Amino acid sequence: MRKKRYFGRTLDFLLCAVFALAFLMPTVLTITNSFMSEAEINANYGAVFAGGGGGYVSKNVNLKFIPDKVSFSQYIGGLIKSPEYLVKFWNSVLLVVPIVAAQVCVAAVAAYGFTRWRGRVRSFIFFFYVILMLMPYQVTLVPNYLVSEWLHILNTSWAIILPGAFAPFSVFLLTKFMRRIPYALIEAAKVDGATEWQIFTRICLPQCRSALYSIAILVFIDYWNMVEQPLILLPSADKQPLSVFLSNINAGEIGLAFAMATVYMLPSLLIFLHGEEYLVEGIAHQGSVKG
Amino acid sequence: MKENTEKRRRHRSPEQRRDFLRSLCFLSPSVLGVSVFFVLPFAVVVYYSLTDLGGQFVFLDNFKNLFRNQVFRLAAMNTLRFSAAAVPLAVILAIVLALLLEARIPMKSYFRTFFLSPMMVPVASVVLIWQVLFSYNGTLNVLLTHYGADKIDWLQSEYAPIVVVLLFLWKNLGYNMILFMAGIANIPKELLEVADVAGAGELYKFFHIKLRYLSPTVLFVTILSLINSFKVFREVYLLTGNYPYTSLYTLQHFMNNMFGSMDYQKLSAAAVIMAIAMVILIAALFAAEDWFGRDVEG
Repeated sequence: MRKKRYFGRTLDFLLCAVFALAFLMPTVLTITNSFMSEAEINANYGAVFAGGGGGYVSKNVNLKFIPDKVSFSQYIGGLIKSPEYLVKFWNSVLLVVPIVAAQVCVAAVAAYGFTRWRGRVRSFIFFFYVILMLMPYQVTLVPNYLVSEWLHILNTSWAIILPGAFAPFSVFLLTKFMRRIPYALIEAAKVDGATEWQIFTRICLPQCRSALYSIAILVFIDYWNMVEQPLILLPSADKQPLSVFLSNINAGEIGLAFAMATVYMLPSLLIFLHGEEYLVEGIAHQGSVKG
Repeated sequence: MKENTEKRRRHRSPEQRRDFLRSLCFLSPSVLGVSVFFVLPFAVVVYYSLTDLGGQFVFLDNFKNLFRNQVFRLAAMNTLRFSAAAVPLAVILAIVLALLLEARIPMKSYFRTFFLSPMMVPVASVVLIWQVLFSYNGTLNVLLTHYGADKIDWLQSEYAPIVVVLLFLWKNLGYNMILFMAGIANIPKELLEVADVAGAGELYKFFHIKLRYLSPTVLFVTILSLINSFKVFREVYLLTGNYPYTSLYTLQHFMNNMFGSMDYQKLSAAAVIMAIAMVILIAALFAAEDWFGRDVEG
């Protein structure tokens, strides 16, 4: 019996390991390939991305994880010689940081409203938020274009930031977190004569600090990799974030694309390594939609 | 019963009215923003779907035209087929992964990290790597020829949707798995112990106990995966451009191209149909979940 279980566990482990390798492969490949020189990249991938510069091009692609010689030339080329990548990176920061901050703030206030008072109107609004949250973005992306044209914010970063700030996702998630705060805490504060704003800032917010972190992380990762909103709402290339620009790096510069992708991955990677617990908790708490 | 009526009467008291106003203060920023940036656009969509170019009310004409449109029918069918294949796979494989990690294996937390890592890879490099793997001269074909098989043009043939399903699964399985792991952690341990004592097999425990308790999670993951299956257009678009191989031409391509040609009528009608389909699907899923988890509380 025991032997059988041990065998099963080994099998589980091996299965997991196979899956994990497949999942990790693109991340590792991006990072290691960013340290290859242009020549090596061309030799390896020239067959796929026709039109890659001169030099030896093998007929078949050569998937390679370890560079022959570690080279920082792609980074030097991307970051120092042409500052446009840094500008785009900064554009990303200027778009995503306000979105995360604003969305969390707006959501915290609204979630308190949904948690503290319940009633038919409010549960209807909450249900409506869930529906909006679940709508595919294609449904409203183009009308969003028309609305931002009407508000005269088209092609300014407001066209991205404002819809981001009010996205219903965080309201939904934070409300689920807040409903777990014992009601007695709020009631006690009320008896002590605290105002609603005091209850909100001094009792409610400290109680869901970790929830705020995890929501901020989820929102950050989501918006950091956005592509279609800026494409439609922010057409001028000089204002677009690096996530959009990365996809435009042309076929001759694969090495550069890997290097810049690695640079772009860095903030998510750091957040990931430092806040994985929060991230997991944030995902886990979404649970059922009804809750 | 009596308590209930008391509550209802209290609802009309001045204190309750003041509470209502207070809640309004907290809700109004969000409600206002959502109205402008989410509800208003939707109203615009509905307006366009019901009027012609001159703003004349035409009722369902746009929808009739849309359904007669070959390209729309192709796009809708492809989208439907893709979601019908990808979503169940995303749910089932995520359960399998969650159960695997649930079994006490070494390095569990590392595996969790690995499975979540696709979340942070920028779309552009995902697309690059998928090209390296699946293009005509790509790694997979190199392997195939090495073992004597013929090359397959993965992205420009009937196989293309499979490649995209793989990409979708790679991107979403980790996230779904975390949701299921949380669901599994909420199953009462005593119940499983009782089942063990009664000599229930693993399969019985899974189908009659675990799955019952997981049904709200299954519902959520299904809906989430459905939405994400629409989002995969981003990658498909970057992989194959505006006009991909026929079997990859989805509703999103259609809408994108309608936007390009400024055909707001067709675009809006397609959006409305998509929204209605979503609402119907979600309602059906809710009903199924109600039925399936009927004797499980919470």
